[in-house]
Amino acid sequence: MRLEYFQMIDRFVDVNVGERVARAICTVPLQSPVFEGHFPGYPLMPGVLLIECMAQTTGWLVSALTGFTGLPALAGVKEGKIRNAVFPGDQLEFEGKVIHEGSGYAIGEAKGWCKGAAICDATLTYRIIPYPSPELRAGLWEWAERINFPAKEFAK
Amino acid sequence: MSTTFDKVAEIIAETCDIPRENIKPESHAINDLEIDSLDFLDIAFAIDKAFGIKLPLEQWTQEVNDGKATTDQYFVLKNLCERIDELIAAKGA
Repeated sequence: MRLEYFQMIDRFVDVNVGERVARAICTVPLQSPVFEGHFPGYPLMPGVLLIECMAQTTGWLVSALTGFTGLPALAGVKEGKIRNAVFPGDQLEFEGKVIHEGSGYAIGEAKGWCKGAAICDATLTYRIIPYPSPELRAGLWEWAERINFPAKEFAK
Repeated sequence: MSTTFDKVAEIIAETCDIPRENIKPESHAINDLEIDSLDFLDIAFAIDKAFGIKLPLEQWTQEVNDGKATTDQYFVLKNLCERIDELIAAKGA
């Protein structure tokens, strides 16, 4: 997990675009400036970053479904729940499902686990927006390769 | 037509917390009901699910931006319901 870069996913372990589901794993770093503030003397993974983990897991799947023709921008989080505390060094698993592909938007459901216990879940809304810069889209392939997401297979 | 409108009005009332009696066939979703684009995504999702269709929001937005259509054509509720009925008919064809 590259926490300071907001690149939350270490590796996708299963991507099934036909079934509209993807699973990813990541390890919370042992040290980060985030934990110096949240909280001094009691490093705790911010719940909002667990939401981001779910959003990125599902967002990559939305990208694949749309053939990487647009950027899935997180637009809504419903029924977001943080069920358990997560600490530095914890290994996390996330599952994202796309439950609806609309015109210019998508709806996903995501969950996260730590040591088999549920830590978070939410329903996520994405707006699909045109890539705001060619550099962003061009950089996706290297990023995808690093996290084992088969992006080029689905790129239109 | 009335069935489609009733269902759409019910969805809008529930999604946006607007009193049902304020939602009329002549209401403009944006100008009269003040529904913003994010709430409209929730409404589109509910409409897609309820009628088994896919509202072509990207196409509509493009047409409005290109000056080929007005927002009234898609966002006045009676017109929206006509578009929904057309999509339902096209699905069954």
